[in-house]
Amino acid sequence: MTTMQGQVALVTGASRGIGKAIAEQLAAQGVKVIGTATSDNGAAAISAYLDGNGEGMRLDVTDADSVAAVLKAVDDNYGQLDILVNNAGITKDNLLMRMKDDDWDVVLDTNLKSVFRLSKAVLRGMMKRRFGRIINISSVVGTTGNPGQTNYCAAKAGLSGFSKALAQEVAGRGITVNCVAPGFIDTDMTKALTEEQKQTIFANIPAARLGRPEEIAAAVVFLASPGAAYITGETIHVNGGLAMV
Amino acid sequence: MSTIEERVKKIIVEQLGVKEEEVKPEASFENDLGADSLDTVELVMALEEEFETEIPDEEAEKIKTVQSAIDYVTNHAND
Repeated sequence: MTTMQGQVALVTGASRGIGKAIAEQLAAQGVKVIGTATSDNGAAAISAYLDGNGEGMRLDVTDADSVAAVLKAVDDNYGQLDILVNNAGITKDNLLMRMKDDDWDVVLDTNLKSVFRLSKAVLRGMMKRRFGRIINISSVVGTTGNPGQTNYCAAKAGLSGFSKALAQEVAGRGITVNCVAPGFIDTDMTKALTEEQKQTIFANIPAARLGRPEEIAAAVVFLASPGAAYITGETIHVNGGLAMV
Repeated sequence: MSTIEERVKKIIVEQLGVKEEEVKPEASFENDLGADSLDTVELVMALEEEFETEIPDEEAEKIKTVQSAIDYVTNHAND
């Protein structure tokens, strides 16, 4: 397999931001993309921008039944799934001393357990076909930490350990499992940062700017490509020099 | 129509890449047929598909030899 033409990808959280850029760039490679959103409106918006190169579907990554329904629809309509991009994620920031149990649970469930759910569900098909790419969107703060984000940082660091363990389990079956760790990217999620937080962050980014969603998508497309077949259990950091690990 | 035993043996030969004469009833997947833990998971998946049944994890763990696979399918395929 020398191109990605005709492969099928599932990208969660694809209605905007990084997920949208990933879905668009995979589609540009000839990949059929199923992009997911939590609302019907979001799913319709995804179908619109994919313009025939796949479709949007509604998915709640914290709901096992919803995951099963979407994967069945993918199987029925496309017959295979080559690439899974676990991108859906949320933040519920607060200092630990003020963090509610719910804010911890929902962030861990949405950002980490969802990856367990989806990866487990797609592996059977990938194992049988002896090919698969699982790419998890983690975060620089999973490595560096960030005050006010104990829940988010724990979930994102968890993705790295998950990916390394699963990578070892399935490497012999032609399946790779990797992470892409964005730094501060110009999305709705970073727009929520306070001015004070932004100034602190900017002072530490050698590139002296926010990253663009397309710059994350480029790393994802590379990991999904045939040329990356020997890279597994790895994290590619895309952060303008903010953290070098 | 092949017998259950023949169908189970065929799957084992395909999944584990072993010779048919090696697939003796007492042969252990891991000790005699060179399977690792993921191979046995895949083998159970293949049995589930061939016989259109779902093998619960606690039962799957007991399927360690050729004969135990044949026995499981024989006892559950016609339920």
